[in-house]
Amino acid sequence: MYVNGKEISVQNKISLYEFLNKEGYEIQRVAVEKNGNIVPRKSYETEVLSDKDKLEIVCFVGGG
Amino acid sequence: MQAQKITESALLARNIPGINEKLKKSGIAIAGLGGLGSNIAVMLARIGVGKLLLVDYDVVEPGNLNRQYYDTTHIGLLKTEALKSQINKINPFVDTEAVAVKIEAGNVLDVFKDYSIVCEAFDDPQYKAILVNALLEAGGKKIIAASGMNGYGSANNIKTKRTLKNLYVCGDSMPAEQDGIGFMAPRVIVCAAHQANMALRLLLNIEEE
Repeated sequence: MYVNGKEISVQNKISLYEFLNKEGYEIQRVAVEKNGNIVPRKSYETEVLSDKDKLEIVCFVGGG
Repeated sequence: MQAQKITESALLARNIPGINEKLKKSGIAIAGLGGLGSNIAVMLARIGVGKLLLVDYDVVEPGNLNRQYYDTTHIGLLKTEALKSQINKINPFVDTEAVAVKIEAGNVLDVFKDYSIVCEAFDDPQYKAILVNALLEAGGKKIIAASGMNGYGSANNIKTKRTLKNLYVCGDSMPAEQDGIGFMAPRVIVCAAHQANMALRLLLNIEEE
């Protein structure tokens, strides 16, 4: 699987929610595109990842 | 001394030729009117963007003045009203629409329904994510967000990147641990200028960055 352009191996059948948690992302601060489409926030737990997927993850930092 | 008549074309005389009509017909929404949003709005007003939607529920406080486009006479006023007054003094030909509500997942689509380009200029990263996700899920909009502009590190580290199909993010890409150092006018305004310039480029149909 590619995450933000970097190749990483992914555990079979892992959900996006589990993946983000495992990688240390703060779920409440991210937006995620899978294969070019935005993943709705309510679908993180049901969105299953596979080796062929390309993820783009944006994680926001505070301040403005 | 004779007072000079202020016309819209005189105000915009130094703009790049040939784009004023297009900008006049355009609109940009700005979500959050703090250090980023107040400066973005003023820049877009200066170049003659026809319509600006200004969204913020907060009032001006003394601690805002180190980086936000307000002055001491605005303290205690709603930021929406203070900024409308500032913009009216800079370019009275801009149509400003002010909405003083707190943005939540449930009202995002209604508040921003008439705008296809939205500048995200919130402070709280969770609200940044709420706004960006709701707009991207709805589709049909381009968002210019900000992430990472605190402190006084090199201004050269602040960049505009197209991170998702319809999302541009301006900032220094530093991790969250850098939070809390404090926010200073120069880097915040550099970041706001990145957002305003990307908004201008999108209005002129320039997509990539």
